[in-house]
Amino acid sequence: MAEQGDFIMSIVEAKNISKLFGGLAALTDVSFELKKGEILGLIGPNGAGKTTMFNVINGFYPPTQGDVFLKGRKISNLKPHAVCKLGIARTFQVVKPLQRMSVLDNVIASAFVRSKSKAQAEEASFEVLKFTGLYDDRNIISKGLSLGKKKRLEITRALATGPEIILLDESFAGLNPTEINEQIEVVKKIRTEKGITILIIEHHMKVIMSISDRIVVLNYGEKIAEGTPSEIGRNLSVIEAYLGEEHGA
Amino acid sequence: MAQLELFIQTIISGFLLGGLYALIGLGMALIMGVMRIINLAHGDIMMIAMYIAYGLFIFLGIDPYISVFIAAPTLFLFGVGVQKYLLTPVMKVESILPHNLVIMTVGIAMVLSNLATVFFTGNYRSIPVNYASSAWYLTDIWKNSPIELSLSMPWTLSFVIAVIITIGLWIFLSKTDTGKSIRATAQDLDAALLMGVNVDRLRNLTFGLGCALVACAGCLFIPIYYLYPSLGKQFTNIGFVITVIGGMGSTNGAVIGGLILGIFESVTATYIGMGWAPVGRFAIFIAALVFLPGGVASILRRKRLGK
Amino acid sequence: MKKLLPLIIFAILLIVPLMGLSTYVMHILILVLMWSVIGMAWNLLGGYTGQVSFGHAAFFGVGAYTAGILYQHLGISAWWGLPVCIVVLTVLSLIIGFICLRLRGAYFALATLALGEICRVTAENLVDFTRGNLGILIKERTWVEKTWFFYIILLIAAGTYIIIKKVIESKLGYYFVAIREDHDAAESLGIDTTFYKTISLCLSGVLTGMAGVFYMNYMGYIDPSIVFPLYDLSITAVMVVMIGGVATYWGPIIGAIIMVFLAEVIRSLPQIGAAHQTIFGIILICIIIFLPNGIAGGDYLKLWEPIKNRWRNKGTSL
Repeated sequence: MAEQGDFIMSIVEAKNISKLFGGLAALTDVSFELKKGEILGLIGPNGAGKTTMFNVINGFYPPTQGDVFLKGRKISNLKPHAVCKLGIARTFQVVKPLQRMSVLDNVIASAFVRSKSKAQAEEASFEVLKFTGLYDDRNIISKGLSLGKKKRLEITRALATGPEIILLDESFAGLNPTEINEQIEVVKKIRTEKGITILIIEHHMKVIMSISDRIVVLNYGEKIAEGTPSEIGRNLSVIEAYLGEEHGA
Repeated sequence: MAQLELFIQTIISGFLLGGLYALIGLGMALIMGVMRIINLAHGDIMMIAMYIAYGLFIFLGIDPYISVFIAAPTLFLFGVGVQKYLLTPVMKVESILPHNLVIMTVGIAMVLSNLATVFFTGNYRSIPVNYASSAWYLTDIWKNSPIELSLSMPWTLSFVIAVIITIGLWIFLSKTDTGKSIRATAQDLDAALLMGVNVDRLRNLTFGLGCALVACAGCLFIPIYYLYPSLGKQFTNIGFVITVIGGMGSTNGAVIGGLILGIFESVTATYIGMGWAPVGRFAIFIAALVFLPGGVASILRRKRLGK
Repeated sequence: MKKLLPLIIFAILLIVPLMGLSTYVMHILILVLMWSVIGMAWNLLGGYTGQVSFGHAAFFGVGAYTAGILYQHLGISAWWGLPVCIVVLTVLSLIIGFICLRLRGAYFALATLALGEICRVTAENLVDFTRGNLGILIKERTWVEKTWFFYIILLIAAGTYIIIKKVIESKLGYYFVAIREDHDAAESLGIDTTFYKTISLCLSGVLTGMAGVFYMNYMGYIDPSIVFPLYDLSITAVMVVMIGGVATYWGPIIGAIIMVFLAEVIRSLPQIGAAHQTIFGIILICIIIFLPNGIAGGDYLKLWEPIKNRWRNKGTSL
């Protein structure tokens, strides 16, 4: 069993990523691998650089130093739309629905990346909407959705682009317990039924610990730990990072 | 020698012009920084100030340099009114098209420039102040100077007053609480709100201040320029070319941008020809947009952060 | 029924010239149709793609001058401007796009304004090419009567309507609106925003240019101040769409009817005539405050809601 694990290829590799904004180092020399088929959690206190990492992988900013590789190919300087076409989709922490469009239109717009005609895009959209449970809401104008459903729409749109990897940015923030449980099921389904690899940023400890195979921890832009959930839970520097001065000085 | 003389004279003229231009740019940069809009009525507000100065001179014999003290507060109040009753209400309106505020300033510009055309007709007017053609000459001071340079008196006076106003503004922005609030709001609106800044009042103040600055520029321009209703558009163009060169919303950039544009226009006028001024202005605008989109401010910022 | 409405209107318009209307009325109708084209073209870039342009005069004027220059320097009919302007305007749009589309937000609008003005000043100064402020005069008008001019502009307008409808209903339409609604989200969804914004700009530019070519042929005389003006063309285009209905098919047409009608009414009043820009400016200010999405854009319905509700309540309370 352990041997089989060794043969799982890394599908995304972040190598020595540093990102500077003026004088501020948002990320310093962060490296990690995302293995095919896994769910990798990315956690850390606020301001640790998690969303910046997503923005670098996604192509919104080029890394100041270091590179991102997708299946061995360097993607560090590609624009977001090119990264999406290569198979990496993402959701946004602050949801970005295409407000005046209906749920269905939001998804159709996303599906055009892989579809050749409007009919095909619509078909693909129906399938994805049923997958995430938003099919019945498909004609609602997305501006009027509840936050939980807007977050679900983010995921639905990302799935509609037919990705191999999906970056989920705080998809659970602000949801009530029922919504959280529903969302966990959806995220699990994404891996098991669609075989998509997932990199997830999340503050909800319970969620992250229960669904991640492995976890990477960032603090002040640096990677301070990497391991399985149970390893991370016992890691002293992680605990200190989260609890801060209480255990320090 | 004559070439050197011409060159130095051109640079001096450009510098003097640039100082005045900087005032125009400063007003626009302030408004841009705080409200994030481009005030396309800027030049027309300047035009109104010029007509006020003109009227004060013709009917009351008031020197335009004194008119600054009348025109600036008047247009300050006008600006506050515009912000309060026309711009702020629009911010809350839900619209598909973005940039309602900018379109609003276009509407205001249209009204102002057309009203001026109707009331004042298209005639070119100028103020025949008695010192209009006086100048100081280098040879007056340095008897044996190899070259002759002249500083036109009204140009120089206007420049000096413009510098004084700019310094006053700098002191206001960096030393007073209100000034710091303005800069805070320009940098981070949410943080400013959380700090208790009364953003609505601040917006009114800033727009008023921007208008007052450009009103000063108008009064300072009128002794050396001529006045007609549609010159508003020309000065708006100058304003936004300066903000593009200097960096959107940057007051330091506006000063440097104004000087750069002034010198550039002076050089173009001397060596290529007067009629090419608008073309030259646009050329530098496009060049700045394409090659240095962040303007001079981005260079300053890079230097400050030691890259 | 609703689907047949455009066809019915088109059919009615086809027989209009046969109704023996006065030359003046025909002229007004032609202007309405021309402004419909300009409005629909602007709406594609502004209303649907969210890129507000203050420089559409550039496209209109270049179209007009294409036709004029063909006549002036090549001695051929200015109508050849229609096919030729497609090439010319595409090139112009690509240049304008390259310079302006990289700018986000209101700076795009500003840059287009500047480019519109640059085109005007260039036309004034390239005297050998454009005859500068003397303008271009076509001495032999194609027709004396308005009828055939009417049919041509009707054809252009109908064609514009169909093209825009087809585009909006296709993948392009989805992409344009996605770009308008959320630029970053659109990028993340695989939409090459620069590319699609450029397509929108080119289409918008070519269609506006065609209106310009028509204008040259119809009026017979152009000069830089007529075809490149900021307020009377670029900003009026914005007003046509805003008042009529942003991001709708019929909005620009309704807007064209209103604006042309208003312009004529204002022009005919002796005292107020010179102040038409003031009135337009005030109207623009009012539109922005009260009716920013225009009549067809649903704002009209918002004004209608309280009245509707009162009637509804009256009914149920019995």
